[in-house]
Formats: sequence, structure tokens, C-alpha cells
Amino acid sequence: MEHFANLAVRSIFLENMALAYFLGMCSFLACSKKVETAIGLGAAVVFVQSLTVPLNNLLLHYLLGEGALTWISPALADVNLSFLSFILFIGTIAAAVQIVEMTVDRYAPKLYTTLGVFLPLIAVNCVILGGSLFMQERDYGFAESVVFGVGSGLGFAIAIVALAAIREKMTYSHVPDGLKGLGITFISAGLMSLAFMVFSGIQL
Amino acid sequence: MSAIGTLLGREERKVLFDPLILNNPIGVQVLGICSALAVTTRMDKALVMGIGVTLVAALANLAVSLVRSYTPGSIRIIVQLSIIASLVIVFDQVLKATLYELSLELSVFVGLIITNCIVMGRAEGFAMQNSPLRSLLDGIGNGLGYALVLLLVGFARELLGAGKVFGITVLPLVKDGGWYVPNGLMLLAPSALFVIALLIWALRTWKPQLQEKD
Amino acid sequence: MPKRDSTRYTILFATVVCVVCALLVSVAAVSLQPRQAAAARLYMEKNVLLAAGLLEPGTEVTAQEVNRVFEESIRVRLVDLATGELVPEDKVDARGYDQRKARGDPATSRVAPPNNAGIGRLPNLGVVYFIMKGDAVDQVVIAVEGLGMWGTIYGFLSLDRDTNTVRGLTYYDQKETPGLGGEIGNPKWQALWRGRKSYDDKWNARITVIKGQAGAPDVDPLRVDGLSGATVTSNAITRLMQFWLSDNGYGKFLRRFREGTKT
Repeated sequence: MEHFANLAVRSIFLENMALAYFLGMCSFLACSKKVETAIGLGAAVVFVQSLTVPLNNLLLHYLLGEGALTWISPALADVNLSFLSFILFIGTIAAAVQIVEMTVDRYAPKLYTTLGVFLPLIAVNCVILGGSLFMQERDYGFAESVVFGVGSGLGFAIAIVALAAIREKMTYSHVPDGLKGLGITFISAGLMSLAFMVFSGIQL
Repeated sequence: MSAIGTLLGREERKVLFDPLILNNPIGVQVLGICSALAVTTRMDKALVMGIGVTLVAALANLAVSLVRSYTPGSIRIIVQLSIIASLVIVFDQVLKATLYELSLELSVFVGLIITNCIVMGRAEGFAMQNSPLRSLLDGIGNGLGYALVLLLVGFARELLGAGKVFGITVLPLVKDGGWYVPNGLMLLAPSALFVIALLIWALRTWKPQLQEKD
Repeated sequence: MPKRDSTRYTILFATVVCVVCALLVSVAAVSLQPRQAAAARLYMEKNVLLAAGLLEPGTEVTAQEVNRVFEESIRVRLVDLATGELVPEDKVDARGYDQRKARGDPATSRVAPPNNAGIGRLPNLGVVYFIMKGDAVDQVVIAVEGLGMWGTIYGFLSLDRDTNTVRGLTYYDQKETPGLGGEIGNPKWQALWRGRKSYDDKWNARITVIKGQAGAPDVDPLRVDGLSGATVTSNAITRLMQFWLSDNGYGKFLRRFREGTKT
């Protein structure tokens, strides 16, 4: 139990996908102009991440890993298809995003129009694929994948909403011309990431 | 340089050279940031990633453009993704077979070339509507623009953070008997954001037409 | 050819793309697999040489040179970690043994006893490299691993034939923060371990990475300088080293070796 709480806190704060690993930067910087949009994108990311990381874990374990196909026939014990993991992960992610898109379109059409092209772009969002790749690299079990999926999605959501809040507050500040918009956003994100490093001293 | 000039028409040259500065994928289009930040702690890592993205972007653009008139609209995104993913897997396998030690450090990020917005963005935004030659050049141009920023950031971070350039000591560190006390912040992730912010500031001051109006 | 937007054409096109991509990827993966395995093995064996001090850090070596050193001066054996006994040479190919793979396979591994080094499973057999000088064993190199801050740390520890004095070590696969915890890969820090002792008078594994600077090896043998700004990594190293030196790791084998038990 402690192990999972540990993992949850690590994936939300210490190993925050956006602020520690710098994944998902494109949408992180582009969808953080307003808090409302940020919340919508954050929720979508949490959902897709919680769905795809455990699913990919199952696929890796029962389909692609070394000796994974033994449940079909013991003769296939030597088969190692893990080099196909990239493509398979992308496949499940694209499917999950399609589902999210249809759901959002049906139940929250205003959000659908606000997010625009960034909803389908979640399919290529580094956070989602990165989550599955980290899960593969660190050899997580199924339960750990669930915790890690929810946690890392939440971490990204927290980060993007925080950045949006900061950017909204900065609308009336005096920013030098060359830094307006993108430049000052990078600096804010950099400072936020420095702040999150505080967590790395925590030993869990 | 002039050989390239005679080989390519004016339009082609614009496609190739624009992304280097004026339409730089990282500094202007805000694409491909993720891996740019994490692999720039050392220049050798930055160089390999830059080469990888250039190769994949060029070949993916070429492939997508070649089949663009045959691709049904409803599956075009996943077709592009399949092509890109396959090329990245091949690059990853080649890396593991040749530069094993480097591949250990680049691990996750090579896979992330698949989701690199530059590759996907240019495939969808350019290669689907342009000729194979132009798409190839666009891929090369954007890849090189990306590599350029990576190398600049990597140079700043490795030099100030470890006193080295490509592993060769330029500023001897105090702990090795020299005088330079390395700036530890440079080796940490947030510094990449600061360095890029400064690069963007410099770029937009040089080319005011790129500044964002309120 | 059916029309471009018809279902039949879409499926046909998708199938063709899948087949072509699959072919491309499979051909690359299968044809490069032997080279990858060789590269991985070369890298690992290079690190055995580095740990034993047979190779200067930073020098390039070819596979042939590594092979030559292995054939001339190194005997690779496998050890049953539970009993400490050496596995007879003809029973298994020690040099081709993949300890990491064995650790992951339930048939060749077991659950590790409770420990604080983050080790979940133990392979049944561990690899050991005897570095020979002539006909006598000069150094014993063992494989160590444990959970660091960001991932598993893998290394080799080389002990003198007294199974106590450290002759050298390397950490060749780790994901610690570059410049901070990542300095465990720095040969200058690794050199600080030379000449120190792993065990105390009662043969408890006591070597520790401390905060701050330790004294010289002859006056302060059980402590090693810490890495500034890398407390988590330093503690992780202490824990994993002590684990593998204890009876849960190679401890039983090392005791048999120094007591001269016939193996």
C-alpha cells in the first residue's frame, strides 16, 4: 500500500511529466493561455493516460514481451516482439484519443471547439507515449501502471492549470517586446520547474 | 553551397533554408520542445538527436508525400504515424547496434521522436500538400533548424554546466584542479527553458517581425 | 482500382501500409539483433576490465582486444548465490550468461529476501570474474545492482583476493541526475574506492558512502566520500553495495573463496 502511495506522489510531484521531464511541452505552452482551456486539456490527458498506460502494460505483458506468447503455445517462448512496442502503444493511444474526442464532442461541445486541434493532438502528446515508455522501461506491474497512469496525468494537469493561472495574471504586466508571449512563458515554466525540484529532496 | 543553389529553384531554397532561422521549428513554430529540453545536457546527445530527427523528418516527409494522392482522408493521420513510427524504430535499432553506450542514455527520447510535433506537424501540414522533392527539403530544413537550436542550447549547458564542449574540457573544473566552478543549474532541466527563452528573445529582437503583438 | 474514399480501398491501402512498415521494421530488428547483442556484451565486458583496473578509463578498445584479455587472464564462472558454490565449468556457458535476463525470468530467479536496496528478484546464479595473474587469482569481480533515485543502477565491484580490499569498481548503467548522482559514473570518484575495505573485523558488510569527505583509505577504510547534492544516490549506493557483499548476495561465495573451500 505504501509502495503505491509512494509511486503516486512520485508521479504527480517529483517526476512531474511536464515540469521535470519536459514532456507535452507543445500543448503545455499553447493551451495555457486561459485556465478554462487548461482544465479541459488536463482532464482529457488524465483520462487518456489512465486508460492507455495499464492497457499497454497488459499488451506488453501478454503479447510483446519475451516469452509473453507462452499462453498461446509453449513453443512460442522464444518470441520477443518488444521492438513493435512503439507502434502498438501509438495504436492504443490513437484509439483512446478517438474515444475521448467523440465523448467530449457529445457531452461538452463548447470545450470541443475551444480545444480545437489540440484534442486530436493528444495522440502525439509526449506525455501519453512517454508514460507508456517509462512504464515499459521501469517494468511496472499492472497495479503500478494504473497508479502511474493516473498520477502522471494528474501531474500534467496540475502543471498546465498552474501555468495558465500565472499567464492570466501576467496579461497586464510590462514584458519586453522580444519576450512577449512565448519568451515569458518559457521563463515562467522554467521557474515553475525549478520550484518543483524542491520535491526531489523528499525521500519516500 | 552554390551547387545546391543551381540544383534547386528559388521556391525549393526557401523551403530548405527558412526553417533554419525565420521559421525555426523550436523558436518560432513552437514544435519539438520536449526532447529538445532533456537531451541538451551534452552536445554529443544533442547532435545524435538532431541527426535522428532530421533523418526521420526528411524520410517521413518524402514517404508521406509520395503516397499522398493514394491516401484516403479518413486514415491519413494513422498512416502518417505508422510511417513515422517505423522509421524511428529502425533508427533506434541502428543506434543500439552501433553507438550502444549513447543509446543507453538516449533511451526513452529516441522513441519520443515519433511524437515529436515537428515530424508529425510537417508531415500533416506540408508533405500532404506538396511534391516529394519539396517535402524532402522541408523535412531536412526543419530537422536542421531543430538541430541548430539543440546544439546552441547544448553548447551553453555543457560549457557552463560542466566546462566541456563535446566532452573536451574547455574550462577546467575546480574539482579537477582548475579554476572554473561549474554552474550546477545548467545541468538541471529548468535551465534549458531559460536558455531557449533567451534565444527566442535574441531572435525576436533581431527579427522584430516575429514578435507577438498583444 | 476502387475509388479512393470507398471502404474497400481504405482497407486495401491500410493493409499495404501495414505490410510494408512491418517488413521494414522486422528486417531491421532481426538483422541488427546479433550486432546489438554483441555491442551490449562488449560494453559490459569493457566495464569488467575497467573495474579490475585492466583498462584505463576513456580509452577505446576493440572487441578483439577485449576478447584477448578475457581469454588470457580472466576466468568467468557462475555462482549459486544461495549456497555460494561455484557451478562446474562444463555445466553452463558462464561468459554468455545474461544475469539481467535471468533475474527477470521466474524459472531462473527467485523473490529476493526483504532488503532496503530496492531489489525485488534475485537470479539463482550470479556471475563472477576471476582476474588471474599467472595461475593465481589476483582479483574477484562481482556484479552489483540496486534501485537508485531514477532507476536501477548496475555496476561491477572488483575485490582483491583477500575478498575485502576494493581494487576498483564501475557503475555502467544508471539513470541518476547528470552532474549530481550521475557522478557515480565518474572514474575520478570511482577511484576513491580503491584500497578501502568492504567488511569490518567481524565480516559484516560495512562500506558506506558518507556525507562529506572521508579520510585516506589506510586511516578511514570503511567510508567513501559522498557526492555533493546527491544524497539519495549516495545512500542507494551504500545499500546496494552492502546487499551484494552480504550473505544475501555474494557473501557466502566470498567466504568460501577466502577460506579456501574446494570449489
